[in-house]
Amino acid sequence: MLYDRVLNVSPDTADDPGRDRFLLSKGHGPMAFYAVLAAKGFLDPAVLDGWTTFGSPLGQHPDRVLVPGVEIGSGSLGHGLGLGVGTALGLRAQHRTTPRVFVLVGDGELDEGSNHEAIALAGRLCVPNLTVIAVDNGSASHGWPGGIARRFEVEGWHATTVDGRDHDQLYAALTARHDSPNAVVATIREA
Amino acid sequence: MRETFVDTVSTALDHDPRLAVVTADISRDAFAPAHARHPHRVLNVGIREQAMIGVAGGLALTGLRPVVHSYTPFLVERPFEQIKLDLGHQDVGAVLVSIGGSYDDPVWGRTHQGPADVALLDTLPGWTVHVPGHPDEVAALLPAALAGDGRVYLRLSTRHNATAHPATGRFTVVREGHRGTVLAVGPTLGNVLAATEGQDVTVLYASTVRPFDHRGLRAAGHTDVVLVEPYLAGTSAHEVATAFDDVAHRLRAIGVRRDREVRAYGTATEHDVLHGLDAAGIAKTIREFLR
Repeated sequence: MLYDRVLNVSPDTADDPGRDRFLLSKGHGPMAFYAVLAAKGFLDPAVLDGWTTFGSPLGQHPDRVLVPGVEIGSGSLGHGLGLGVGTALGLRAQHRTTPRVFVLVGDGELDEGSNHEAIALAGRLCVPNLTVIAVDNGSASHGWPGGIARRFEVEGWHATTVDGRDHDQLYAALTARHDSPNAVVATIREA
Repeated sequence: MRETFVDTVSTALDHDPRLAVVTADISRDAFAPAHARHPHRVLNVGIREQAMIGVAGGLALTGLRPVVHSYTPFLVERPFEQIKLDLGHQDVGAVLVSIGGSYDDPVWGRTHQGPADVALLDTLPGWTVHVPGHPDEVAALLPAALAGDGRVYLRLSTRHNATAHPATGRFTVVREGHRGTVLAVGPTLGNVLAATEGQDVTVLYASTVRPFDHRGLRAAGHTDVVLVEPYLAGTSAHEVATAFDDVAHRLRAIGVRRDREVRAYGTATEHDVLHGLDAAGIAKTIREFLR
């Protein structure tokens, strides 16, 4: 969805300061990410076969220095959102109002306190070019009473909860423009 | 030193669109005029130190040069994983500027003391570490730090030496002698000079400790070395060992003690005595070492 229909980025614009950025904060899910990057031409598909082997640029957590198209190195949880807020603020400081910043986090990852610093800060500083995709697969040990969207809303975000497998719902939520940062809670439940 | 830092950076913001300042309430008011002129490049994140470093990393990813400032333990210790990952692992640069030294104002107790800062940063590759001993050295060190791309730590203190020395990145020979070398780092120089008065030793001064001037230490001509640092004792011991890795040498390290947690308030001068960083304590250690 993101790379097909939403993000304005390509291998030719991977270093363009005006590009959209996708930050995979929950870095433990890179296999699909690598496959998409290969399908979109950011990296040679032949590299995929070496995944996690010594000398391969592709590990269990992505490294921006090693993999073209990867915006941040991630793995330790709770870092992508702070970086995403800074990236969005950096673009604003340079008067770049078009590029958008998307950060994908997990519901379990939201337990990290660093995320709550970043969520509150983004709401206060009002960075509308920032969108968080929170994959809610019910993996947070103690859950989110009232729902994850509420956690963002109280900090001044626009928040929408969608079926994480419904492409049309996702597309509508991810492309909507708001005056505040945008949270899209993508619910994934086993059938 | 803080005034020099704020003035220098505030002026630089007017001329360099690449610069941005990130604070976490500490010194917020000092940067208020700069914030009024550059509201999108002078950012106060509130008391959110993890976000402070994360935001700095994000700013750097867009090509800006973040200057991040807070009290020593809140700048280095609390968000240490962010320093490691949001700056180092992302391979982006920033200028981190602390105030408070190890125990500049001990009335606040252990929570506001940060003697482990340089030792912690020493576990990460690629950091330049400046420990100025005079406000004029701050003014001399900052322009290159602001203009660069690397990761720089500038350790400010309310304590300083009587005079400034050239901030060249190399060790400065302050006094020459025959029995050994005393290397004074940053604000310790005043007490070191008082301690070595009348002693036949060479005194070197360092306002930059990473990279460490191995050649300068060897050029002093002695393999008996007393290292006087205003943070954890022996923080630079491995650098001294590297400087003399092919010759026998002796080292005595003076700094903030590691053997127990200090639970005391009072003044920085009183804490100097407790750590053996006062002139009398340094003199005693040197005499015993070179006996």
